[in-house]
Amino acid sequence: MPDFLLEIGTEEIPARMIDSARDELARRVGDLLQRERLVETPTLQTYSTPRRLAVLASAVSSAQPDITEQVTGPSLKVAYKDGAPTPAAAAFARKLNVPVDSLEKITTPKGEYLGATVKKKGRPAAEILAESLPKEIAGIYWAKSMYWRGKSAERFVRPVRWLVSLLDGEVVPLEFAGIRAGHTSEGHRILSPGSLPIDRPSNYSSALAKASVVTSAAEREQRIRKALDAATRTLPGARWREDKSLLDTVVNLTEFPSVVLGNFDPEFLALADEVLVTVMRDHQKYFALEDASGKLLPHFLAVLNTDGDPDGLIRHGNERVLRARFNDARFFWQTDQKIPLRQRVDMLKAVTFQKDLGSYFDKTMRVQKLGSLISEAIRNAGTPVRSGVVFKAALLAKTDLTTELVKEFTELQGIVGGLYAKVQQLDPILPAATAEAIGDAIYDQYKPESMDDSVPRSVEGAVLAIADKADSIAGMFALGLQPTGSKDPFALRRAANGIVKIIAEHKLPLPITKLFSDARAEYTGSEAERRFSKEIDFDEAIANFMRERLEFYLRDVCGFRYDIVNSVLSKEDLTPALKDAENPDYGPDLQLIDPNLKREPERRLDPADWPPLAVDLAAAITSRSTTPQLKSAATSFKRTRNILRQALDNHFAIGPFNYMLASAEEADAVRVMDEAAVGFWGLLERGEYGAGIDRMAALADPFEQYFNTVMVMHEREPVRRNRLGFLALFYKQFRKIADFSEIVNEGT
Amino acid sequence: MSSSQNPLTFQQLVLRLQNFWAEHGCVLQQPYDVEVGAGTMAPETFLRVLGPKPYRVGYVQPSRRPADGRYGENPNRLFKHLQFQVILKPPPVNVQELYLESLAAIGIDLRKHDIKFEEDNWESPTLGAWGIGWQVMLDGLEITQFTYFQQCGGIDLDPISAELTYGLERIAAFLQDVDSIYDITWVVGPDGRAVKYGEIRLQDELQFSVYNFEVADVEKAWQHLGLYEAECQALLDEYAERVAEKSGSSGEERKADRRRFPVLAAFDLCLKCSHLFNILDARGAISVTERVGVIARIRALAVGVAKAYVDQQKASEGSAAASEENGLPQAERLAASRS
Repeated sequence: MPDFLLEIGTEEIPARMIDSARDELARRVGDLLQRERLVETPTLQTYSTPRRLAVLASAVSSAQPDITEQVTGPSLKVAYKDGAPTPAAAAFARKLNVPVDSLEKITTPKGEYLGATVKKKGRPAAEILAESLPKEIAGIYWAKSMYWRGKSAERFVRPVRWLVSLLDGEVVPLEFAGIRAGHTSEGHRILSPGSLPIDRPSNYSSALAKASVVTSAAEREQRIRKALDAATRTLPGARWREDKSLLDTVVNLTEFPSVVLGNFDPEFLALADEVLVTVMRDHQKYFALEDASGKLLPHFLAVLNTDGDPDGLIRHGNERVLRARFNDARFFWQTDQKIPLRQRVDMLKAVTFQKDLGSYFDKTMRVQKLGSLISEAIRNAGTPVRSGVVFKAALLAKTDLTTELVKEFTELQGIVGGLYAKVQQLDPILPAATAEAIGDAIYDQYKPESMDDSVPRSVEGAVLAIADKADSIAGMFALGLQPTGSKDPFALRRAANGIVKIIAEHKLPLPITKLFSDARAEYTGSEAERRFSKEIDFDEAIANFMRERLEFYLRDVCGFRYDIVNSVLSKEDLTPALKDAENPDYGPDLQLIDPNLKREPERRLDPADWPPLAVDLAAAITSRSTTPQLKSAATSFKRTRNILRQALDNHFAIGPFNYMLASAEEADAVRVMDEAAVGFWGLLERGEYGAGIDRMAALADPFEQYFNTVMVMHEREPVRRNRLGFLALFYKQFRKIADFSEIVNEGT
Repeated sequence: MSSSQNPLTFQQLVLRLQNFWAEHGCVLQQPYDVEVGAGTMAPETFLRVLGPKPYRVGYVQPSRRPADGRYGENPNRLFKHLQFQVILKPPPVNVQELYLESLAAIGIDLRKHDIKFEEDNWESPTLGAWGIGWQVMLDGLEITQFTYFQQCGGIDLDPISAELTYGLERIAAFLQDVDSIYDITWVVGPDGRAVKYGEIRLQDELQFSVYNFEVADVEKAWQHLGLYEAECQALLDEYAERVAEKSGSSGEERKADRRRFPVLAAFDLCLKCSHLFNILDARGAISVTERVGVIARIRALAVGVAKAYVDQQKASEGSAAASEENGLPQAERLAASRS
């Protein structure tokens, strides 16, 4: 069976888009072949370089298999009259191109019909591919595409310049973007210019290899790694800094990669590492080199799209560019010191934060106050924080936006502020440690940049980062600019994920609702507030958004099971509806409990509002999720909850429990329950959720016993009421940990 | 560093590029004589890319960016740099190959260098213009911005134009292997002495940095901006009124009347506004709220000019040649004859 090859030759595709487009093309070709019955399961090889996307499908049928199918015609009554075929029967036979006497009778539930078995000839693969592939090519998703042949023509990521489409040795005559597919590809732009014939699909890769094109991205990566290693070995003790995303980029910027080692003047090493690495990596796409201790070395590695640099011209050129860049950076650094950060606060009035939310000066004022509120809240709840550090760091946090260095290297915002704060004497009376802490907080303010990134190192940095992000989210939501679907132009999800991660990992006693009501309040009376949306229900929108972010954090970042996350964050809580069950009368026997412990914890904190609590609860449940006790406790809880819900739906009175009305079994169960509950409260107060769960789970057996011996929904109202009152006590205790009805017990 | 022994002087570089693109069918224009921030803003690009008519043009454009001035102290930054701008409308299928040939024409042996086309899309909110393209990297140095224009003055372009913007100082410094722009040899004089870029331009850089950052009269600049804007807007309003006029004169007369209307002058006034905005910006005189507003005002002028220009082109062409259908075959003929 023949092989099929499709190559789309283009002008240089953006590096960041190549991998996914190549995979999508392969998927589309594979699906098409399968859909059209040209393969059973596709065997595909994919290729990509900046100038081409290609897919090779092995063992494709040259035509669809013929199929035999039964076609239903007119009903028998219409088709025959007096045993002779009518014109309707003749027309049906003619349509199918079969003799009338070959027609047969088909019995269906609707009656008897005339039918025929026809063989449908499979269409040739070439015909199907030529017809369908242009649509598949046009359907490839691009983050950004363009016209080049005018508005009435096609869009694609960059102009398509050639197409190769072969079924073994034969051209599949498809057409896209005004180009007819042929045999002819192109080699490397410089090393092997001009057209390159491909005789058959299986020779694709080798033909291109001879024309200095390495068609496999994985192979280019291997080559680049080896070349980086080889160049690094010429420097004793050196190693290149692994950087996967940079590697992916250069793999997709080259067709025939090689590497040169370049040098720079060691005196540039006096510049901050962050600046040097940013220039090399982000601006020049160079790999940095370091010694065994991780110290930067005055060398770099550039990945070329050519076969080498025998005259050293390329190395020389790259060194020249880097020298100019480093000189610029040094010049900017020195210039920036002429105006210290503290004198730049006013300059922020001229820097827009968001067109409706005012300047960065306005933001600074809000974040400074919000930072103070957060500091106060967490300090009152027992977390030590140096409010003065937060206050000063918040004031200076955005001033680096006015510096030349950040204008040039925007990705260094925050980092530059932190570095400058440390080299500048912020205030002569500040102790060195305080100045250092302010610098660190400014440096870390944008952390975490992703869920893989670490959170700010200090509590002060954490508070600043939270205040900054919460201010942005609150402002955008109030304007009605919350993220929708895949659209999140202000990266608010990332900011919110960051807040959750910081609060959780620093274990800050900071409720999310308070954070956002404070953040929103900072806008009160501002110019921006007049532009706020009238439609949005701010509190609800924020609560839902943050809840989703917390769910994401617990599930995708911490790796907790979805049902455990649901049980922790569940909104369902019958407790408030069970008010009547409060103040039970346990009877005289139960007064033996230590009165100091017999104090029910105050209103239970909502884990959706307290990320560290949510994490602790999820961890506690997870660690016991496979024990039989927890499983049966979950089952009992579910049963209890269902009965209570039913009772509430029917407006049955529930409790309070009174020992006078209880049977002996109930009185025993209540005793066990109550003793457990009292110890449990203490465990909850001390945050020992795991032990608390164990304590409650130990009740599973007595409870099972209870359910087996007692009919809760008794026909007599006082009995039913009393028993429901007892269940309500049980429910309330368990619900203090989580909504266990969400737990999915495997096998039940 | 060029592989040849005698690298081109700055003015040879310009001449070679001009020759190369002249040979490929470009009209060689002269720099536009109103301050612009980029070659794109010169009417030879901003207006010519509009409408259906094929066109090829090349020109040097001094580009003024007041905020980029460094008093002549920074070896890599200029208040006013020189671009060589090429517009190919529509782009021939071998536009990238032509571009690479132009590099060979200025003495770059690509076999000995590393060239990459890296994604870089261009956008100018002030002009209502954007395009898709690359920065062309030669041994790690960005030497050209290569853009397929998609929209200009808020108008979708059809045909598309390819724009090549060569950074002349960077390329010259590369060819001559000097670390400072001011050390570029502009020309070798009759006495064999190299005349440096610094001799010709340093004073310019210093004095305009002083003016733009320290001296420019902010209040007057605002007044100028208001005056130019008002006149530009008045012209645009007047043009719109004439388009709307239905009665009075015959169709031919109305067309003739539109043809002589000074849309090009309105564009100059718009460019003046843009430059004044840049000066005010360099002076730090534009507050946040003002900034967004002023950009929108200038954009409105640019969009208005583009609209009027397209309309005027239609009025100017004979009814047969004006139809858009004729645009593409013409373009293809032009491309075919040159490639």
